[in-house]
Amino acid sequence: MKLTVWTYEGPPHVGAMRVATGMKDLHFVLHAPQGDTYADLLFTMIERRGHRPPVTYTTFQARDLGSDTADLFKATCQDAYDRFKPQALIVAASCTAELIQDDPGGLAQSMGLPVPVIPLELPSYQRKEAFGTSETFLQLVRHLAGPVERTPEVTCNILGPTGLGFRHRDDVAEIEKLLLGMGIGINVIGPMGSSPADIARLGAAHFNVMLYPESAEPACRHLERAFGQPYTKCVPLGVGATRDFIKEVAELADMSQPSLESPDLRLPWWSRSVDSTYLTGKRVFVFGDATHAMAAARVARDEMGFEVVGMGCYNREFARPMRALAKDYGLEALITDDYLEVERAIEALQPEMILGTQMERHIGKRLGIPCAVISAPVHVQDFPARYSPQMGWEGANVLFDTWIHPLVMGLEEHLLHMFREDFEFHDAAGPSHHGGHTPASEIKVDVPEMTVTEDGLSWAVDAEKELRKIPFFVRGKARRNTEKFASEKGLSTISIDTLYEAKAHYAR
Amino acid sequence: MNTHRPIELSKGCGSAPVLKERGQREVFCGLTGIIWLHRKMQDAFFLVVGSRTCAHLLQSAAGVMIFAEPRFGTAILEETDLAGMVDAHEELDREVARLLERRPDIRQLFLVGSCPSEVIKLDLGRAAERLTQVHAPRVRVLNYSGSGIETTFTQGEDACLASMVPVLPQTETEQLVLVGALPDVVEDQLVGLLKAMGIGPVKCLPARTVEDDLGIGPNTVFALTQPFLGDTAAALEGRGATRLSAPFPFGEQGTTDWLRAIADAHGVSAAKFDEVTEAPRARARKAIAAAKEVLDGKSVFFFPDSQLEVPLARFLVNECGMTAVEIGTPYLHKGLVGPDLAQIAEGPTISEGQDVDLQLDRCRAARPDLTVCGLGLANPLEAEGLSTKWAIELVFTPVHGYEQAGDLAGLFSRPLRRREALAL
Repeated sequence: MKLTVWTYEGPPHVGAMRVATGMKDLHFVLHAPQGDTYADLLFTMIERRGHRPPVTYTTFQARDLGSDTADLFKATCQDAYDRFKPQALIVAASCTAELIQDDPGGLAQSMGLPVPVIPLELPSYQRKEAFGTSETFLQLVRHLAGPVERTPEVTCNILGPTGLGFRHRDDVAEIEKLLLGMGIGINVIGPMGSSPADIARLGAAHFNVMLYPESAEPACRHLERAFGQPYTKCVPLGVGATRDFIKEVAELADMSQPSLESPDLRLPWWSRSVDSTYLTGKRVFVFGDATHAMAAARVARDEMGFEVVGMGCYNREFARPMRALAKDYGLEALITDDYLEVERAIEALQPEMILGTQMERHIGKRLGIPCAVISAPVHVQDFPARYSPQMGWEGANVLFDTWIHPLVMGLEEHLLHMFREDFEFHDAAGPSHHGGHTPASEIKVDVPEMTVTEDGLSWAVDAEKELRKIPFFVRGKARRNTEKFASEKGLSTISIDTLYEAKAHYAR
Repeated sequence: MNTHRPIELSKGCGSAPVLKERGQREVFCGLTGIIWLHRKMQDAFFLVVGSRTCAHLLQSAAGVMIFAEPRFGTAILEETDLAGMVDAHEELDREVARLLERRPDIRQLFLVGSCPSEVIKLDLGRAAERLTQVHAPRVRVLNYSGSGIETTFTQGEDACLASMVPVLPQTETEQLVLVGALPDVVEDQLVGLLKAMGIGPVKCLPARTVEDDLGIGPNTVFALTQPFLGDTAAALEGRGATRLSAPFPFGEQGTTDWLRAIADAHGVSAAKFDEVTEAPRARARKAIAAAKEVLDGKSVFFFPDSQLEVPLARFLVNECGMTAVEIGTPYLHKGLVGPDLAQIAEGPTISEGQDVDLQLDRCRAARPDLTVCGLGLANPLEAEGLSTKWAIELVFTPVHGYEQAGDLAGLFSRPLRRREALAL
């Protein structure tokens, strides 16, 4: 038993959902109680998808236990097939269903459905979300991909993107553009965007691009064994890594002298230009999934001129390469999925900046350290409307912009040192390009005897107290509306009633 | 206008047939209630004994809305706990001791059962008794189940409050207790109105901290502020308290009916009642009128979510001029929502339980002007051109009472106004 406040990864069936939700014409039947349907909101709210995930839950209840949960599962499978008519079905049990041992895989396969039925073993009490993702993709590939003829021209598959992936949509577009620019064709991109029929023809590509090892490494290994397809090991995050990636691809595609430059790449000049001098030696702490964290450490040191003072990852599966890299930086890697342990490490190191996940953003907020997000798990605001890849040339530009955004800018930093007592440049003010905190004038909780406005209106003490119960981000509007209302009514004192009269008056 | 006639429960939708469905349910489990309960009870910590899924649910449901250090956590069961390789109770004791050491501000600890802990029959009642003995008097340890195989969404709050009733001290004092976790500002307003009528003492369950001297006894009368508190009501009645039945305090009419049921039980004169409620009633009507301009004549379809559906449908139909197509609720407790149900004119389909794909078919066929549904369905329906109000906001926003009546109406009118406002 382990106490967890926030978790970096969900359970493995959520990983399976990420694969299914990214794909087309695949359906997932999950043996699970009703509460597990919360997972839909990850996709419809956090990722803002306009479609429900292709998942049908059995939603068994306490009264079903011990009697007919197996029949319920089969009926659910049949209904889901009849309604959605997928090309293939994946079936699994969530944590609770695992305990009642109905064997969804065996049940579904005994039903004689006219499409491939792929059972998934997702041990909920041992493994986590990333395992669910990579295992599901592996099983899809094992069951569906058969021997097919290679394309006459040089093509590759781009493997790894899933639903709810951190910037997967834009990374895929950027890397596809880069590969096409090198004259390499794209056979299949998956799992995101592919159908079971597409998975069946993976073998036609000459090699695989492993974009996200966390979700695609087992599948890439299988394809290498089964069809002799080599795969890329370098993940193109940052300028140096993108160059290494291009060299690796060129070798696999048997090309010589690929171009390692692009007119679209701006990070090197932005980083060399004098305004960036203030970034030099900034102490950063890096944490996330191993792939993003390892890449971020390289960008931080070699391309931004930061000093990396700590690094680590939450996915134990990648602990070995993470430890090896940390050693190169003279550090010991922090391998943990315990958010409190990460918080302790950050508190002890007192970095000037954190490159982390949504969790580290919480930590940074608590400790007053700026944080930029480099890895899943992420929040709704990390699914931007704009094109915002992390990989390739444009990805490098995006990294530069994203990482400096939380920081106090160069000249402002000097002003803070010079004018510490200035009312606008005090310690609590934060970077001046960020608003949205309690106005400094209202931080003090003491309510004065009676406030009098410029127009001679006074706020009764209890009304002022009532106003303070309104959240700070709408308080200003409430104050203004109430004062306007009071003036129009010719009142001299604002009471609680006035406050609510005004609220009703302006209600919409 | 103030002659109070008892509501005939067989009227309106009171005797309408109920469509009962038992297919896939697209609802939260009872653990979700922790997200607002831990904010309400400032000295309480909620420790879920469950799986990684439980932890992920809490942070995902909360993560959409909250950035703050939470007073909840999950003791995640691992392979060794299930295989009996370790004693799960010893493990739990160790984690609780660690937690209480780190958080000395915690005075009440709730052990919350989950689907996995229920299935493996981990006896949290026994654990709570044992831990109370260990950590008394500083910490009181209680337990309830928020599992999805037994509870739906707001039923978690019901189970939590019901678990508190047996440990409340006995009192013979004549008193009124308002039951349900309301935002402090709303609680203050309702208590203020009742006190102005001369009613008192007025207490609240849950109290904000364990220090509040709330007792229960045969001279306690109580009014529910939320329609999903059936078990809590039964537990209070088991302690000899008397429940006042009324429509729930949503909107001007709901709040008035609710206050009047309490006022009548306390012998408050009609004149006094009017004197106290007149100004806020007028304000509430005025505030609702603004939203009614948008809502009047529009149709609404409720997917089952929080059990607030029946009282809210009454509000939207009777006070905002809407037409209800279907009022879906996870569980129809006629003993509690009967008065609201009876005030809704016959017509809408009343459905209990869910078969989500069939219900989506009905919703698409009806093409209501507004669909009230959960977070998993809202954006997909919007993408199909239907306006939606995601229901979880209704349990996270101050919506009860007179001063919030306009805000409540505004929650429903905003999606429609937004659709009008956008030129896309």
